[in-house]
Amino acid sequence: MARERGIEVENLVREFRRGPRAVDGIDLRVEPGEVYGFLGPNGAGKSTTVLMLTTLLPPTSGTATVAGYDIVHEGPQVRASIGAALQEAALDPFLTGREHLHLQAALHGLSRKERKRRGQELLERVGLEGAADRKVRGYSGGMKRRLDLALALVHGPQILFLDEPTTGLDPQSRSALWAEVSRLAREDGVTVFLTTQYLEEADVLADRVGIIDRGRIVAEDTPEALKAEIGRPSVEATPAEISDRDAVARVLRGFGEEIPAQPGAVAVRLSGGAAGLADVVRALDREDVRVANLRLDEPSLDDVFLAKTGRSLEGAGEGEDGDMEEAQA
Amino acid sequence: MGGFFQVALAVAGRQVYKYFTNPAFLAPALFPLFFFVAFAGGLTSVGDVPGFDYAAGYIAFQYVWALLQAVSMGGAFTGFSIAGDFENGFARRLMLAASNRYGIILGYTIASIVRATMTGTLVTVIALVTGMPISGGFDFFGLIALALLANIAATLFGAGVAMLLRTQQAGPVIRTPIFLVLFLAPVFVPLDLLSGWIEVVARLNPFTHILEAARGFLAGDPTSVASTFTISATLILVLSLWAVFGLRRAERAG
Amino acid sequence: MKVPPFFTEVLAIARRSTVRTVRQPAVIVSALLFPMMFFSINANGLDAASRIPGFPTDSYLDFAFAFPLIQASLFGAITAGADLARDIESGFFDRLSLTPMRPVALLGGMLAGVVALGLLQGVVFLTIGTLMGVDVSSGFFGMVVIVLLTVLVALGFGGIGAILAIRTGSVEAVESAFPLFFVAIFLSSINLPRDLIEQDWFRFIATVNPISYLVEGIRSLVITGWDTQALILGFGFALAIVVVAIGGAAASLKTRVA
Repeated sequence: MARERGIEVENLVREFRRGPRAVDGIDLRVEPGEVYGFLGPNGAGKSTTVLMLTTLLPPTSGTATVAGYDIVHEGPQVRASIGAALQEAALDPFLTGREHLHLQAALHGLSRKERKRRGQELLERVGLEGAADRKVRGYSGGMKRRLDLALALVHGPQILFLDEPTTGLDPQSRSALWAEVSRLAREDGVTVFLTTQYLEEADVLADRVGIIDRGRIVAEDTPEALKAEIGRPSVEATPAEISDRDAVARVLRGFGEEIPAQPGAVAVRLSGGAAGLADVVRALDREDVRVANLRLDEPSLDDVFLAKTGRSLEGAGEGEDGDMEEAQA
Repeated sequence: MGGFFQVALAVAGRQVYKYFTNPAFLAPALFPLFFFVAFAGGLTSVGDVPGFDYAAGYIAFQYVWALLQAVSMGGAFTGFSIAGDFENGFARRLMLAASNRYGIILGYTIASIVRATMTGTLVTVIALVTGMPISGGFDFFGLIALALLANIAATLFGAGVAMLLRTQQAGPVIRTPIFLVLFLAPVFVPLDLLSGWIEVVARLNPFTHILEAARGFLAGDPTSVASTFTISATLILVLSLWAVFGLRRAERAG
Repeated sequence: MKVPPFFTEVLAIARRSTVRTVRQPAVIVSALLFPMMFFSINANGLDAASRIPGFPTDSYLDFAFAFPLIQASLFGAITAGADLARDIESGFFDRLSLTPMRPVALLGGMLAGVVALGLLQGVVFLTIGTLMGVDVSSGFFGMVVIVLLTVLVALGFGGIGAILAIRTGSVEAVESAFPLFFVAIFLSSINLPRDLIEQDWFRFIATVNPISYLVEGIRSLVITGWDTQALILGFGFALAIVVVAIGGAAASLKTRVA
């Protein structure tokens, strides 16, 4: 019987002794080779879900299979198929990067020769060869995260769990990590389950996004589909001369219905989607109407979140730390 | 000199208020009490050693050391408190506000004495409960005076270190010398029953004089009173200069 | 799925524990220095006690030699326990749990570290002690047995440290147990033989305290030579503590790992 190699979750629940359900019956499905983004504010239940799927926390009820193995009854097989980089970059400050990799490899049963080879390969992959023999205590946040990723990949897992991988990182480190995650999915066919509170991260990296709020999934689809569901992009044009405002409005109305705009500007919702922008520009040019400023506004995943939950994603969460403390108890 | 005392009382008041809102203020007494129970409980037969003729008995013998230890550790804890105040920035505000900064040192010292009174009472009560006899001729005031002097000395030492280092790292630097001073003394037997290197060191240790004199007061048989008080006074003078030195350094650092 | 043999896992963890310790020289130095310092001060300060009528030897130094060995084992156990708790707190334990590593291997590695330190302390203290004038009546073979018993004691305390670490997962909780153990050491026959303790309540506590027998086992090898009864009691209690503590730690581990 061929095992389904992705992730399948059915009505997964996790309760803690005190407080409401951290995870309140979620269903989701991740196809092999897909990058799935789990987006939600602090305290939504993202980390708790990851802990359950990586077998570090037993679910209260519900079932899930990861790489075809049941998380409750086939724990060792699940663990052999996955790699995880969790919220705390759990590293030993007294060991070097290389020593971490060798330890991890030894515990995964790699021979001494394999450990060395694999260690070197991964260090190069994440750009840490230069710092490999320095103690982790001296690593920056970005370096620790990269080592974290390398450690998760030591045994060549088919599924990778990343719990808020770029939180607190500077923009360069973030981009570098994104590039590596994309490459892993594209070239190595690794299935990636990634949690984040950053819209941009989900938008850029994920093939599909699941939005979670207060333990429940409130929306799930590709980023484009989710945004399209909420609304189409809008275009706002500010005329170069205030007297041209009516002319601009006439042109724009041909592309969609008018919506409120900044004083002196005109805005319409593009019925043809973002691709319509080029036509708008051409039309304005044809009518010889000059604009001082032309802006395209796409609905964001925040708009999606707002529509589904009535709250804005940024600044929406209760302490996810409460989640973690409970999880470690 | 109005500013000097005003500042001192303000600082002392705040410290004492902190004590009453946090029962851990009695913490300096914990290890001394523990040692008292362990030594007075387990080692009483040391009193049978030939040549050991302390009239008040072994429990009383240990009580005096426990008392002096408690008040000295109280001084150390005040030092920790000062270091903490520097680390959280409170001390800087204090120094800016105080019209006379020497008053700050006095303030902490007064607070330390208040605490020492309470920890000292605690140790004494425990000792009495465990059956320490009160012999006739017991010189209460002499004993208290020496305990206070020990406390003041330890506080000044701790304050100097704390103001010099201005971080929690001051902790071990305060604790360890005080600990050594307390232990390199006639802890288990009187000075004349010590031998070897520890006797040499103990003789040079000013604390030894305070300890022996205090034991003498308790037994109603005071010895070397004048020299002990002279040594104590000198010690306090030196440590006051040390504390002022620390204060100057702290001022310079801003 | 490649599962490495148990021994390989323990070795990998033990190597890590050793490397960490070696990279903190301050820890090693204080683990060796403080017990010796305390011993020197205590033993010299109480030298007169050897003149108490009925005292079993005329050298208090010999009598007290067990003290640094026991105290050092305690320090080592608390430190190792705190390290394990730190691994749990930091999530490093979770990382290791995601490998095929058997959780018991983590315990094994940690205890291997405790044993190694206990061995080092035993040898170093015996060397320094002999230079200070300690006379081991049971000779060289007796010294070997002293080291063996010290290692067992370290292992037992280590197991207790591990239970605390696994149960609480908190470095602070483990370290705050240290004073309690320190007290337990003193409420024993560590300073005076039991029959010379005058206070009845203290003598009672010392009699029921297993640490007294560990102390007396080591001490007998120094001042008496080969005292079968003391050795049986000493090794007996040491082994009992080891079994109970390590068994408890292994059981606690099962509840922590999903």
